[in-house]
Amino acid sequence: MSVECGCAADEKLEKLSAVIEAEKDNPGSLIRILHEAQELYGYLPVEVQQFVSEKTGIPLAEIYGVVTFYAQFSLKPKGQYKINVCLGTACYVKGADGILERLKKELNMDVGDCTADGKFSLDACRCVGACGLAPVIMINDDCYGRLVPDEVPGVLAKY
Amino acid sequence: MNTVNIKIDGVALTVPEGTTVLEAARMANVNIPTLCFLKDINQIGACRMCVVEIKGARALQAACVYPVSEGLEVITNSQKVRDARKVTLELILSNHDRQCLTCVRSENCELQKLSKLLNVNDIRFKALTDKETQPVDDSSVSIVRNNNKCVLCRRCVSVCQKVQTVSVIETINRGFRTRIGCAFDKPLGETSCVNCGQCIAVCPVGALSENTHIPQVWNAIADPDKYVVFQTAPAVRASIGEAFGLAIGERCTGKMVSAIRRLGVDKVFDTDTGADLTIMEEGTELLNRIKNGGKLPLITSCSPGWIKFCEHNYPDFLDNLSSCKSPHEMFGAVLKTYYAQKMGIDPAKMYVVSVMPCTAKKFEAQREEMKNSSGFVDVDAVLTTRELARMIEEAGIDFNALPDTDFDDPMGNATGAGVIFGATGGVMEAALRTVADVLTGESAPMEKIDYHAVRGIEGIKEAEVEVAGIKVRLAVASGLGNARKLLDSIRAGEANYDFIEIMACPGGCVNGGGQIIQPSSVRSWTDLRTERAKILYDEDKALPLRKSHDNPAIKELYSEFYKEPGSEKAHHDLHTHYKARPKF
Repeated sequence: MSVECGCAADEKLEKLSAVIEAEKDNPGSLIRILHEAQELYGYLPVEVQQFVSEKTGIPLAEIYGVVTFYAQFSLKPKGQYKINVCLGTACYVKGADGILERLKKELNMDVGDCTADGKFSLDACRCVGACGLAPVIMINDDCYGRLVPDEVPGVLAKY
Repeated sequence: MNTVNIKIDGVALTVPEGTTVLEAARMANVNIPTLCFLKDINQIGACRMCVVEIKGARALQAACVYPVSEGLEVITNSQKVRDARKVTLELILSNHDRQCLTCVRSENCELQKLSKLLNVNDIRFKALTDKETQPVDDSSVSIVRNNNKCVLCRRCVSVCQKVQTVSVIETINRGFRTRIGCAFDKPLGETSCVNCGQCIAVCPVGALSENTHIPQVWNAIADPDKYVVFQTAPAVRASIGEAFGLAIGERCTGKMVSAIRRLGVDKVFDTDTGADLTIMEEGTELLNRIKNGGKLPLITSCSPGWIKFCEHNYPDFLDNLSSCKSPHEMFGAVLKTYYAQKMGIDPAKMYVVSVMPCTAKKFEAQREEMKNSSGFVDVDAVLTTRELARMIEEAGIDFNALPDTDFDDPMGNATGAGVIFGATGGVMEAALRTVADVLTGESAPMEKIDYHAVRGIEGIKEAEVEVAGIKVRLAVASGLGNARKLLDSIRAGEANYDFIEIMACPGGCVNGGGQIIQPSSVRSWTDLRTERAKILYDEDKALPLRKSHDNPAIKELYSEFYKEPGSEKAHHDLHTHYKARPKF
């Protein structure tokens, strides 16, 4: 099968095969395999899930069921810069929804999507553990706290 | 067997260890309500309808999954229990599409029945408005899914995954957004679903039903230009009475024929005649393959659910499949060629309706390969046993009061061999009766034609029989999970056979996805497969002719039309071919 996921497709597939080979006889291995697959590809497209199904013998429908059950698995590609807007209680009462709305407007996309050029993807998450800085967003490993909506364009301009 | 002493609602009883509270309560004559529970198929304690108080337990427990232990004390009927069940049911009902009046399962719905049983006369909770109406998936020619009626019991998922190992449906998403569907939300008709309909048979509500052909059949009957011929599969007579309150296992072949005649059709024939014809062709194919070193094992091809399963999952076995069309398709082909010619009927005006215990036959009937005999489709419409029952009701026919009548001549006279096609092992036994006589050149006496080794409801049966000095290794599998086990063992080189019968549904057609639906409260405690199969074996015993090659209609058909089994003409009309289909 072919997985169209950039230049290192074969290398990724080999890595995934190795993980499946090592894991497949362990109980509850599917979630670990899917984690690795998402690490490699950034998301879990139909081709990757079919590959996992072929190799493990786990039905595709069951895999899809697991992928859609857990919020950390994604069916859509992620951007080079993954924006996570904290919607935990503290951030929420400090106006995180306004930050999220402004991000959606600036990037012209919805939560869960990725910009056409693949640069940014936008997700909402629950508490990142930095309530003192509320409202907080994460861009990859960078943290931005005490934001107000008008600061959003400036933050995005750094990338 | 170890036993334990328990108390249910103050009544002391001794029950086997490992019994669930639900089962134990039945022994104490207490019916605990259930919704998601289906014995041996779905025991997951999910719906919480069966909660009970257990002395010493922190919270209410689900009786269907709670095992008894020494000294256990259970209260099934307290204010706390009744309130909990009722609130749970009200919550389930709050976002259920409650258009019961127009629901296909009205009066045969486990949810409807629960509402009455638990005395729910008001639903205090309003549905959240952000839960949109879900589209009805009618992409499959066999099965329709309406998730607005789904209660998320997961019985369909369990039967599809665990029993049939077809595994095309699963729970998608979580929480309030949970729904049942296929991978990547593909429409069912575009997946490797084999259309067996076991999901419909286990659905407690109206979320799953067959893609109905009732309107077009009524139209054909009303059309004076159409010559409407009905044929009924053997297993239909083993279940249709259940729709009219007859006991499970009560034979009603004669009433069924009378009822169909009163629908206003032109002829009522027996698919068993097609089964007899199948035996002539398939038996010949088996003999040829054994004698001429052909591909073995030969695997039967009567079950269209099995055929599609093979095409998707075991394409390496396609050459092992018998090239015979299934009995109703063969019969349709004969009706539109030989019979039409003989009776002077224009095949273009003939409308053949197959009444089947099966939803996969709806898919089979529209396969391209089923149009080549007369130039028209062999079978125009397929009704399930349930659909026939609905038509009989709609026509105002008092089924139970009908006199017994016989199928029409000459195509209505089948043998006992054709009748037992409806049970697992039946096709094999019918074939052996004919093959044995052909090989020996003699007619085996009646007491020697019962092949008990291939009877019964075990998922996989094996036998070795000696037929005229030739040893034939046999295997019979019913239920696709069992078929998978059998084929995997052959693939691995662990087993070897000459002749295999596979039926998609557990127990064979008597337990088909098109049969009358029995609620969990019945089918969890009654073996439908055995009770219904008994009707067929009794009918076989009662018939004067019990071998396919003794059927006079079949003899006439060969002498007047096909010359001999396996002839070129027979191949053109009665045989078919298969194709590999994608796994995903």
